[in-house]
Amino acid sequence: MSHLRTELRQRAEEIVALYPSRRSAMLPLLHLAQEQDGYLTDEAMAEVAELTGTTPAEVRGTASFYDMFHLEPVGRYVVGVCTNIACLLRGGEELLAHASSVLGCAVGGTSDDGLFTLEETECLADCNIAPVVQVNHRYVRTTTPEAFDGLIEDLRAGRLEHDVPPHGTLIRVRRSGGLRAEAAEIAAERASAREARAAREQ
Amino acid sequence: VAHLNSPQIVSSRKDFADSFTLARYLATGGYEGLKKALTMFPEQVAAEVDAASLLGRGGAGFPAGRKWSMLRKSAISYLVVNGDESEPATFKDHYLVERDPHQLVEGVIIAAYALQVSRAFIFLRGEFALGLERVTQAVNDAYEHGALGKKVFGSDFSIDIVVHPGAGAYICGEETSLIEALEGKRGFPRIKPPFFPAVTGLYGEPTVVNNVETMSNLPWIVTNGGAAFAALGAGRSTGTRLFALAGRVKNPGVYEIEMVKNTFRDIIYDPALGGGIIGDKPVKAIIPGGVSAPWFGPDQLDLPLGQDEVGAQGSMLGSGSIVVMDEDSCVVRAAWRITKFFSRESCGQCTPCREGSGWLERILYRLEHGGGRSEDMDLLLDLSDNIAPGLTWPPQQTTICVLGSSIPSSIHSAISLFRDDFVAHVDHGSCPHG
Repeated sequence: MSHLRTELRQRAEEIVALYPSRRSAMLPLLHLAQEQDGYLTDEAMAEVAELTGTTPAEVRGTASFYDMFHLEPVGRYVVGVCTNIACLLRGGEELLAHASSVLGCAVGGTSDDGLFTLEETECLADCNIAPVVQVNHRYVRTTTPEAFDGLIEDLRAGRLEHDVPPHGTLIRVRRSGGLRAEAAEIAAERASAREARAAREQ
Repeated sequence: VAHLNSPQIVSSRKDFADSFTLARYLATGGYEGLKKALTMFPEQVAAEVDAASLLGRGGAGFPAGRKWSMLRKSAISYLVVNGDESEPATFKDHYLVERDPHQLVEGVIIAAYALQVSRAFIFLRGEFALGLERVTQAVNDAYEHGALGKKVFGSDFSIDIVVHPGAGAYICGEETSLIEALEGKRGFPRIKPPFFPAVTGLYGEPTVVNNVETMSNLPWIVTNGGAAFAALGAGRSTGTRLFALAGRVKNPGVYEIEMVKNTFRDIIYDPALGGGIIGDKPVKAIIPGGVSAPWFGPDQLDLPLGQDEVGAQGSMLGSGSIVVMDEDSCVVRAAWRITKFFSRESCGQCTPCREGSGWLERILYRLEHGGGRSEDMDLLLDLSDNIAPGLTWPPQQTTICVLGSSIPSSIHSAISLFRDDFVAHVDHGSCPHG
């Protein structure tokens, strides 16, 4: 019995087929597992282990290395505020403190209603609109306390459902189809190209 | 006055709101470079890239053509694109993947053809949700258009591209760590030697790892010729480059300008570029090339933006980022925040980096927040010297990768340039800026 729902299980199997080694699908599959549950459950990690040919311990050990994977439940919206150098110079620390007070939770914590988790992030590579705020890894571009308050109101009211899907949903564009060229075909093409080149170089 | 009349090679579609679509791409010369490449022999395409003298745009500045020539001959080989852009204050690849994903995809197919590799992977930073969607869409469209997949544009060349999401780890920008992540493991940099993935890379097979901006230059280079690219810039720094300007400037942003022909002063002050400092205050310090790079004081404002020019003055152009601090910026706080970043992102394999970054961060924290001691500056330098012996530039390494040896850059710079500021922190008991 699959923990991943049918549609995600099918996508997971398609992803595995894209790689020469099953284990390479680890990070994309962990993202998919988060898409279903919002964080990584034991059941999901066991299924990722089965899909990647690894053990649940290897999956957990890999997942725990990466900031984007959550081993505990998080809010529907994970709000990240950057305080790294470019944002520091433009009020990132002040905005993070403001976010903490508006959401009523400490950095790393979740609001009482379970809707928001607040994180202090490292550089998010959008430093021209600093300080940078991401919600569920979508750039929301609210650089002032007032704009941040408006963002939280909009999220609470469900006005940003399209722009900001629930936490865990990362890539909504699905790859159309698997690999088009079989490994054997490519090998044959390359071999004949090598021969042609050798002939040119003689 | 800034020199702004060079061609826009990688940001030519910046004024189009739909720059990321196939329709706009095709209407603006898209996939013509690939079509031309397919009429050439693979080694001729590689020769054009060699003639362009294109330096890798990821940070190390290694010549792309030379990297390609090192690819070990093998039945199976891979091309991996490094789109893990995580060097603080660097945001030019973010621009390229979101705004011009087809240009990247075309560049990857051209490189795959020149290298005759078996398969290409585009590794994108996980936090680039929109970028991942745009590049995935571009790959789908490229298949549909016949630019990708079986028999590209009817030729005898087939190639698949797989878009691979990262999951939040600065270290995965290091190419061997990125390969580990692509193999589904923790992002631990690999022990060297072997030094080059071109010899032993993904799944132990020869692998070329190139940066997003490097790939994005290829359609133009093939269309216009390597010589046209090499005619731009000067010396070893050819072509244009995307600079990510951030910090206390009026107009932070990504600017494509010709290499070497402009100075730090040009990009910071030109009205079409940075537009000067907020409140028209004096510049206090510049961090070129990302936070791994040593800082400059205002005396280097007239230094040209070229790889060797900046290198000769003891820093690097690195990732193409430029952070500007003004006279009100606290340099101790800046050094603390950068060190905190390294401490958080250290993968933990090597003791000097794992332990050293934490010790340094805590000393800087007490200087900034209370409890700093007069011997702390010498202690910081002594610890830094244990991580990168001699505190030279380029640094000596005691660790598997260069994350460790990058940690001392900001600390050494801040103390060398602004020791009085540190003393003021000790005397005041914490940050005098409040």
